[in-house]
Amino acid sequence: MNDLSPPQGGGCRNAPVLKERGQREVFCGLTGIIWLHRKMQDAFFLVVGSRTCAHLLQSAAGVMIFAEPRFGTAILEETDLAGMADAHKELDREVARLLARRPDIRQLFLVGSCPSEVIKIDLARAAERLTQIHAPHVRVLNYSGSGIETTFTQGEDACLASMVPVLKDTQARELMLVGALPDVVEDQMVSLLSAMGVDNIRLLPARRIDDTTAIGPNTVFALTQPFLGDTHAELVRRGARHIAAPFPLGEEGTTAWLAAIAQEFGVSKETFDTVTAAPRARARKAIAQASEALQGKSIFFFPDSQLEIPLARFLTRECGMTALEVGSPYIHDAVHGPDLDLLAAGPQISEGQDVDLQLDRARAARADLTVCGLGLANPLEAEGLTTKWAIELVFTPIHFYEQAGDLASLFARPIRRKAALRLEAAE
Amino acid sequence: MKLTVWTYEGPPHVGAMRVATAMKDLHFVLHAPQGDTYADLLFTMIERRDHRPPVTYTTFQARDLGSDTAGLFKASCMDAVERFEPKAIIVGSSCTAELIQDDPAGLAETMGLTIPVIPLELPSYSRKENFGADETFYQIVRHLAQPQDRTAQISCNILGPTALGFRNRDDVVEMKTLLAEMGVAVNVVAPLNATPDDVARMPAAHFNVLLYPETGEAAARWLEKNHDQPFTKVVPIGVGATRDFIAEVAAITGLPCALDESRLRLPWWSKSVDSTYLTGKRVFIFGDGTHVAAHARIARDEMGFEVVGIGCYNREMARPVRALAKEYGVEALISDDYLEVEETIEALAPEMILGTQMERHIGKRLGIPCAVISAPVHVQDYPARFSPQVGFEGANVIFDTLVHPLVMGLEEHLLTMFRDDFEFHDAAGPSHHGGHSPLPTEDVSGGSLEDQIKPELPQDGNVIWLMDAEKELKKIPFFVRGKAKRNTETYAQEKGLGEISLDTLYEAKAHYAR
Repeated sequence: MNDLSPPQGGGCRNAPVLKERGQREVFCGLTGIIWLHRKMQDAFFLVVGSRTCAHLLQSAAGVMIFAEPRFGTAILEETDLAGMADAHKELDREVARLLARRPDIRQLFLVGSCPSEVIKIDLARAAERLTQIHAPHVRVLNYSGSGIETTFTQGEDACLASMVPVLKDTQARELMLVGALPDVVEDQMVSLLSAMGVDNIRLLPARRIDDTTAIGPNTVFALTQPFLGDTHAELVRRGARHIAAPFPLGEEGTTAWLAAIAQEFGVSKETFDTVTAAPRARARKAIAQASEALQGKSIFFFPDSQLEIPLARFLTRECGMTALEVGSPYIHDAVHGPDLDLLAAGPQISEGQDVDLQLDRARAARADLTVCGLGLANPLEAEGLTTKWAIELVFTPIHFYEQAGDLASLFARPIRRKAALRLEAAE
Repeated sequence: MKLTVWTYEGPPHVGAMRVATAMKDLHFVLHAPQGDTYADLLFTMIERRDHRPPVTYTTFQARDLGSDTAGLFKASCMDAVERFEPKAIIVGSSCTAELIQDDPAGLAETMGLTIPVIPLELPSYSRKENFGADETFYQIVRHLAQPQDRTAQISCNILGPTALGFRNRDDVVEMKTLLAEMGVAVNVVAPLNATPDDVARMPAAHFNVLLYPETGEAAARWLEKNHDQPFTKVVPIGVGATRDFIAEVAAITGLPCALDESRLRLPWWSKSVDSTYLTGKRVFIFGDGTHVAAHARIARDEMGFEVVGIGCYNREMARPVRALAKEYGVEALISDDYLEVEETIEALAPEMILGTQMERHIGKRLGIPCAVISAPVHVQDYPARFSPQVGFEGANVIFDTLVHPLVMGLEEHLLTMFRDDFEFHDAAGPSHHGGHSPLPTEDVSGGSLEDQIKPELPQDGNVIWLMDAEKELKKIPFFVRGKAKRNTETYAQEKGLGEISLDTLYEAKAHYAR
C-alpha cells in the first residue's frame, strides 16, 4: 500500500543502546498540564505539591497564561508535614472551594508530585472520596506527574492512563485515536480517516467529558504520540488491540500510520490513494521547500519528549539529514519499534541521561543542529553550536500531512537564522 | 495546604541558585529529584545567560528512594568537584530531598574535600526564594570572609545583586559611578560576579552598601557585627533617595557630599508643563518591599501621583511596608496571593498600577495601565539597553517607565472630546502603543459601529471562500490568519481559481512553506 521500505543495511531496532544514569536535564511530568488543560476544556488539574511545583508550572508556561488557568497547586505547608493538619481534610476543603468557584469544571485531576509521593498522600483514595462527594457533576481522577516517577511527556501518558479504567464498555468495533493533539490537527486526522470510510472513531482524550469514549474487545487503537507506553498497557488490559505503526510525522510517517489503520479496516488501495494522493503531494512539496537548509546537515538529539526517534526517522529519510546521536528518555519497543526499523543504522541510540557526559559527546560531535532543552540551548549557542529547543515540538502542530512542511521548518529556522545574521564586525 | 495559581517567589533553593549562578568558581550541589532542573531555564532563558547555572542536581528517582539516595548525593558531589574544580561548594536540599532527610551537609563534610563546603538550611515548606538567596549569601560570607586590614583608600562592598534580579546588572554599574564620583573605591561586589576569593577579602572594605535588603541584609548585619563594617540603610532608588544615600555615605566616610546632578533629568521632566496631566493620578503600588518603598516616595513626591494603596509579597518586609502605609494614610496589603492582590486592585480602581509582571496582567484584564517596578522577573525585564533603577540615571529611567503606559495629556483631552470616533476611542488604548485593542462593536451611545468599520480584509476580486475553507481559516491563530488569508487568495488568483476550497488553502500553505 505504500513504498516504505526498511533502509539498506538495516534499521536501528536491534542497534546497541547506550543506557545512562546520572543527572537528567529534563522536565517532570507536571509540565504536561500546560497543554492538557487547554485540550480538555472542562478539566481542572490540581497538583498536590510544593512551591517548587507551582513555580515549575509557571516557568514552563513561559509567558504566563493569566486567563485564569485551569490548573493550580495545593501547596503543602509545614503543618501538613508535621501531621498537625489532616492532609485529606485540607484537600477536601480546597477542592470544595475550587469547584464552587468554577462550576464549569466537570473533571478534576488530582496530580501527585514528588513531595506528595514521598510523604505518601494517597491521592487514589482522595479521588474516590471526592468523586462520591461531587458526583455526578464532577468526576475526580488521580495520576502522578512527579519527577521521581515521570519524565516530561510521561505526565500526559499517566493522565490518559488514569482515564482508561473509567471508560465505558462497548462491544462495537471502533477505532480509538490516542494522544492530545491540537484541534486543527485532530480534525484533519479524523477527516482523512472518514474519507476512507473509517468511521466510529473515538478520541482519547476527548475535548469534553460528555464526548464519551468507550472501549472493549473490539476496539482497536492507534497512538498519535510516542510517549504513551502506560496508556498503551492500560488499553490492552481493557481488551483493545494496538495497531503498531510509525508515528504520523512527515509525509512518510503519516502515510505509514494511515496505511496501518486502512489495512486493519480493509480500505482498498484505490480509496487510500484517492484520499491521500493530494495531501501527500502537498506534504512532499512543502517538505522539499522547507528542508532545503537541512540537506546534508547533521543532528544530535538530547533526550526530552520521546519524540526523538520518530523525528530522527523523519529528518534523516525525508529531509536529508544525518543523525549522530538520538537520545530518548525511554524506549519502548512496542511503541518505538516501527520507527526504529525505518531509521537507518548509524546513529548512537541512547536512553536515559548523564547530562555532563552527553554534553561532552555533543561538543565532540559538533552537529550542525543540536536538539535540546531550554536549560542547555543558550549555553550551547554560546559555544558556537546551533540548537533547536525541544519543547517547541510539543507546543506546535507538527503531525500529519499539512503540518509536515512546518515540522521541517522548525528545524530549518535556527540554521537559516544563523546564516542570515551578519554580526561580526566588517573588516 | 493552600491553593495557589501563580507565585511571586520560587522555593528557597531557587534563591540559593540565584546566588550560586551570580558567582564564579562556586558550585552548588543540590539534592533534588529529576524535574527540579527546570530552574536552569530561568537563568538561561529569562536572563539569557550563556552558561549553565553551576548546579549539579542529584536527580534521584522513585527507585532510588528505597536504596541509597545518600550514596547518590556523595557520588554527584564528588563528580561535580572533579569536573568543575570550584574553589568552594554549597550543598543543600530541594523540597523533596528535605523530606527524605539525607543531610547533605553532614554527608559532604565526611567526604574529605579540600575546598570549603558550605551547608545550607533551606526550609522549603515555610520560606521562599528571597529568604533562600539572603540565607545562602550570608552563609557564604560567614564561611569565607577573612579578618584583614582595611584598604588604604576609603572603600565599600556592594551587597545584594544576584542572578535573575530586577535590573541588578545595570544598578551595579550606576552605583559604581555614583561611588566613584564621591571618591569611594569599590572593594567587592557580591554575589554578582564575585569569586570565593573576593568574598574572603570583603572585610577589607570600610563599609557596605546594602543595595538590596531582600538578598543582602543578613550578610550586611553579620559583617557589621563581626567585622565592624557599617552598612547603608537608604536604597538609592529615586531622586530624593539618591540624595539621602549620598548624604548617608558622606556621614559614614566624612567625604563631601556635593555631587554633579547635571545628568539628572527627572525633576525638570516632572516640572515641565507637559507633565501636568500626571497630577493626582491614583496609583496602586505592589512588589517586593524595597522597590515598593522607593516607588511610593517617587510616586508622591517626584511624580505628583496620589498613592491609593501599597503592598508587598515578601513577608520579611511586612513591618517597614506597614509603617510606610501608615505614613501615606493607606492600607498595606501583605500577601503573596495573586487573587487577593487582584481583588484589592479591583476595589481600589486606581488609574495606574506600579507592580510586577503579575500586576501587569491584572491591569490588562481590568483595563488599568501598569508599569513594572519589581521582580518576579520576565524576559522583558532584561532590556538590551542600559536601564538601571538606582542613582540619577535610574531616576531618569523610572520617569520614562512610569509615563510610558499612560495615555498622554493632550490625547486624553481629545479622547474626551471625540469619544465616538471609531478609530480613536478610549477602548483603543494609548495611541503610541500600536493598535492591539479590538474595535468595539457598539459605540458608547449604544448604536452599532458595524457599518462604519471596514471589513478586516476586503474580499479580493472574484475569489470566493467555500464554507469548509473559511471554517479552517478561523482555526489558524489570529496573528497569522491575515497572512494565511492573503497568501491563499494570491495563490488562488495566480492559479485562476474562482473558489477557495480546503484543498486550495493547504495547497497555498504548502506553496508558501518556508
